[in-house]
Amino acid sequence: MSGQTLYDKLWSQHLVKERGDGTALIYIDRQLLHEVTSPQAFEGLRLAGRRPWRLDANLATPDHNVPTTLKERAEGNTGIKDPVSLIQVQTLDDNCDSFGIEEFRINDARQGIVHVVGPEQGATLPGMTVVCGDSHTATHGAFAALAHGIGTSEVEHVLATQCLLAQKMKNMQVRVEGRLGAGVTAKDIVLAIIGRIGTAGGTGYAIEFAGSAIRDLSMEGRMTVCNMAIEAGARVGLIGVDDTTIDYLRERPFAPQGELWDAAVTEWRNLVSDDDAAFDKVVTIDAADIEPQVSWGTSPEMVANVSGEVPDPASARDETVKHSYSRALEYMGLSPKQKITDIKLDKVFIGSCTNSRIEDLREAARVAKGKKVAASIQLAMVVPGSGLVKRQAEAEGLDRIFIEAGFEWREPGCSMCLAMNADKLGAGEHCASTSNRNFEGRQGYGGRTHLVSPAMAAAAAIAGHFVDVRQFAANDDTQVQEA
Amino acid sequence: MQKFDRHQGVVAPLDRANVDTDLIIPKQFLKSIKRTGFGVNLFDELRYQDEGYPGQDVAKRPLNPDFMLNQPRYQGASILLARRNFGCGSSREHAPWALEDFGFRVIIAPSFADIFYNNAFKNGLLLVTLEEDTVARLFQEVDAEEGYALDVDLENQRVITPSGEVLEFEIDEFRKHCLLNGLDDIGITLQDEPAIRAFEARHRESRPWLFRQAQ
Ligand code: SF4
Repeated sequence: MSGQTLYDKLWSQHLVKERGDGTALIYIDRQLLHEVTSPQAFEGLRLAGRRPWRLDANLATPDHNVPTTLKERAEGNTGIKDPVSLIQVQTLDDNCDSFGIEEFRINDARQGIVHVVGPEQGATLPGMTVVCGDSHTATHGAFAALAHGIGTSEVEHVLATQCLLAQKMKNMQVRVEGRLGAGVTAKDIVLAIIGRIGTAGGTGYAIEFAGSAIRDLSMEGRMTVCNMAIEAGARVGLIGVDDTTIDYLRERPFAPQGELWDAAVTEWRNLVSDDDAAFDKVVTIDAADIEPQVSWGTSPEMVANVSGEVPDPASARDETVKHSYSRALEYMGLSPKQKITDIKLDKVFIGSCTNSRIEDLREAARVAKGKKVAASIQLAMVVPGSGLVKRQAEAEGLDRIFIEAGFEWREPGCSMCLAMNADKLGAGEHCASTSNRNFEGRQGYGGRTHLVSPAMAAAAAIAGHFVDVRQFAANDDTQVQEA
Repeated sequence: MQKFDRHQGVVAPLDRANVDTDLIIPKQFLKSIKRTGFGVNLFDELRYQDEGYPGQDVAKRPLNPDFMLNQPRYQGASILLARRNFGCGSSREHAPWALEDFGFRVIIAPSFADIFYNNAFKNGLLLVTLEEDTVARLFQEVDAEEGYALDVDLENQRVITPSGEVLEFEIDEFRKHCLLNGLDDIGITLQDEPAIRAFEARHRESRPWLFRQAQ
């Protein structure tokens, strides 16, 4: 019999019961809650007279609707000007209060995007099942946690029963072998993977990312890769445990301490796929082939190398692709065969649960240091993923680098990733964005999003159009801390 | 979820096919943080003469006198009679929430859209599918008699008309069981509470660090 994949192990460790109809009850160790997808779940509990099954499994923080300017944030919830947003945030506060769930509120230093906060607190641990009413919950798989995005009725189901009704997925392995070139990052890896397998390539699968290039990534980089598993169609992205995982978690507030830590680490070491585990599908990519990526279209699979060009729909492989390329080019206001480096930008957004961690900000700062945002850029903003990331960045002087270069340095939240607060693109504006979705209208009605890495976004801000960050990487200075 | 075994109520006729979820509850009401309170905006565009928005004082809005729910004879109706493909369109669960909040317990139609069908049962609404001809006849009967009421007997899967005619209907056993016992998905899972507790105890024993809070 062949060995087990990491996904198989996590599944069987949480299997409460198979129901005989293809679904199973799996036990959930951690639920993260935010203001947008939880209110009806709490109300459902209330209407049915139910209580949460296990309070300490839940952790909440508002993120989608929070304003990101210092002035508004100084006012706490009252700084939220949109009444609907305000009600959502207040409702989360009220629900957490009345049910007794731990919440990092708007002005708590630990507040931030749920997918940044969970790992940063050690509230996401290897071997856990983690759910959140948000599709980017796949992020937490970087810790060898089985992490799913779920819908509001499932949020209620987990609150009430500590279980999720789930169907077992198939196993897919994406191996990235070899060394990344200088200036090429985790974001480029995942964009290249999506470009290769397509946005439906992972549908029905749990994707495990493996190979030496993945092993070489920091936890921040691994989270960036797993975060976008959903853009490749997979609800789950996973990476096995190694020293990097363990070193990251040591001393985190929710992580075990002392003997419990030792016992946990011993067990966590097994959270890797067995050597002889069988995958239903394996994709191998050579890291050395990956260039900095830029998305040119309205789907995350529409990516190109920075040295490349926008495709010509006329040479598309079939009519459907041709049609979708033409439509994307029209929406994006681009012409066939236009060079990627000729795409001019109006705004730059560095942030989101994909790329707002300390390492992302360091990468961007390294590029921006001593330079100036181009005059043609109307707004370049850096939005840290959490209050603690912001604090750390400020301790390292990154905020000053950004501000001096002409970036706005904001308060933590989802911000322009989905434009639920005031941070939005105007119609027709091109934005270099470190977020994860370039759908039509995602960052504001008519807005044109190009997905890139933090370093590429910073370089684009300075040049006013896309440039190959490898030209900027020349003055690579890892000692940004001492700026 | 409210149990359903037998229900007798006044029938309100909605004489249109393909009633979509946007007609049931328009999209501007989806921003709400609640799953109750949608009843006043049920069929908003048909019911009122002005444009509805969330948080309005509905008492001040001009009613459309032609819409059947505004007519005295259908006040207090709890059974909705509709035409084919009821509930098509988006997957919003707000549609059954609105119908239920308004006071409907049963909807009778020749056919229902898939997702709506699922969502309705999850929320304790009974959907009764009857032949197109039968439904057409019921429309005539409702029209002819003020206060026309039906008796819906889920256990025996039949609808009894005021004249004593019995109309049988099909429903799958699982959905019937859930409605009869007031079991929603959560209720069904909670029937496995002992298994969940036992699993949790073993899990806590073998991996105590997963249960630790911040220090
Ligand atoms: S940052 Fe964007 S993708 Fe991530 S949770 Fe917030 S809105 Fe969703």
